[in-house]
Amino acid sequence: MLDVKVIRQNFPIYEHNKDLVYLDTGASSLKPKAVIDQVDHYYSNLGVNVHRGVYGLSYEATDLYEEARTTVAKFINANFDEVVFTRGTTASLNMVAQSYLSVLKEGDEIITSELEHHSSMLPWLNVSKKTNAKLNYVKLNDEGRITVEAFKDVLTTNTKVVALTYVSNVMGYITPIEEIIKLAHEVGAVVIVDAAQAAPHMPINVKSLDCDYLAFSGHKILGPTGIGVLYGKKHLLDQMEPSEYGGDMVDFVVKDNAKWKDTPYKFEAGTPIISGAIGLSSAIKYLMSIGFEAIEAHTKELHRYTLEKLKDIKGIEVYNSKSDTGIITFNIIGVHPHDAASIFDKNKVCIRAGHHCAQLITKWLGQIATLRATLYIYNDYEDCDRFIDSVKETIDFFNQF
Amino acid sequence: MSTNLEHLYRQVIMDHYKSPFNKGLVDDPNYYTVHLHNPTCGDDMTVQYKVDHGVVTDIKHQGTGCSICCSSASVMSITLKNKSKQNALNIIEAYYKMLTNEPYDKNILNGDAIAYHGVSQFPARIKCATLAWKAIEKGLLENKEE
Repeated sequence: MLDVKVIRQNFPIYEHNKDLVYLDTGASSLKPKAVIDQVDHYYSNLGVNVHRGVYGLSYEATDLYEEARTTVAKFINANFDEVVFTRGTTASLNMVAQSYLSVLKEGDEIITSELEHHSSMLPWLNVSKKTNAKLNYVKLNDEGRITVEAFKDVLTTNTKVVALTYVSNVMGYITPIEEIIKLAHEVGAVVIVDAAQAAPHMPINVKSLDCDYLAFSGHKILGPTGIGVLYGKKHLLDQMEPSEYGGDMVDFVVKDNAKWKDTPYKFEAGTPIISGAIGLSSAIKYLMSIGFEAIEAHTKELHRYTLEKLKDIKGIEVYNSKSDTGIITFNIIGVHPHDAASIFDKNKVCIRAGHHCAQLITKWLGQIATLRATLYIYNDYEDCDRFIDSVKETIDFFNQF
Repeated sequence: MSTNLEHLYRQVIMDHYKSPFNKGLVDDPNYYTVHLHNPTCGDDMTVQYKVDHGVVTDIKHQGTGCSICCSSASVMSITLKNKSKQNALNIIEAYYKMLTNEPYDKNILNGDAIAYHGVSQFPARIKCATLAWKAIEKGLLENKEE
């Protein structure tokens, strides 16, 4: 187990909220001091643009920004020029989908699933409507998982695009994505991986996965909000049209033509999120200093501990007791998630209530909304106990009426 | 149990949640129907009302959501029934003011609706307590000439 006391010393939020039980990392993680300091360093000591200024401060800011790209590239085992900085996973996934508007046509097929976050499936629903390409959903198994077998059932020689999540933000399942990618490539389809929930939990290796595109966000892996990453294979990014036109993405301009810079710069029009990128770099370094093996062991143990205690409580339903990550999705029978959330809120236990931007899986579960707790590196047994106490208190409170 | 939560979940609110008044929609062209939902939490509310000679003579509602949302539809229906359209709009405004802890006209807003005063301590729940009220307000404002 991680020494949570020591870890919390790195997260200033605990100084200001001593009795905080933060179980909503699935929505956004807390930020360590190293990240906050790095963002602060940029604004306090540099504060200027990148790639443009011919003066020392600008060189320094540019160096930090490009170093961040190197850090990200190492983090996912990509090449430097395959890493595009974006606003977040949503922006990354939309960018890829938009570029296929001019590629797909009637008769082509796209595969996605009901397990997706809206940002992984809605861009393709849009592409499907505009191009008349058919949108197919992998049938989930009884547990709500994407399986290789079910994927084979929807894969055809017409499949051109596969857009799937690596880790579900509601069920916490890990998709057997490596095998799916192999199968997709056999029919010549490209695979876009939503790694927003995978990035905080497990090492990502784009080369061994052989995925074509992959996206994740900074703020879910201890980094700042407003920064994310799009990975794409070099030859695919080279073919892809820029989604935005403007400063810094262009090589030369004449009145009736222009030539874009090479990847990744042709996708980074305008002044980028400089503080976000270098803050993300610090977040990755912090995560790596702990190591995914320790992160996984820690969250798995807390997950086991919490599930064990939940088992003894009558009147709740856990929808993903076989979750592969620290995500617990549940409901208190007869109590609407938003009524329950107010009890947790009163006890300073932060959990998510709602459909988690994944209405399809919430419907699949037969629910209008659910409660979700995510366990992470700064949580300890005491957090789990206070979570359990809130569950019991919610049941007792609403039983009195 | 904390006093705060008891302010939010008053017995009268939970009674309306468990045994709502005027629940169920009608298939009648004399009723005006408004459907609203809250996409972030999934609360979904349909309100129907009928106006005769400038007076809201009947209100129906049907929806899914938390106890605050569903009960407030019931309370809205008994609070605004048999009020003139303008009077109803004034009461709706007073209700919103009460929920944001602003001074409101206690002469026009009374009865079970007062139980929702505690919601002002839970800003995240104001949208639950107002969904049905927003629905009828929308209808009344859209159909000024009725």
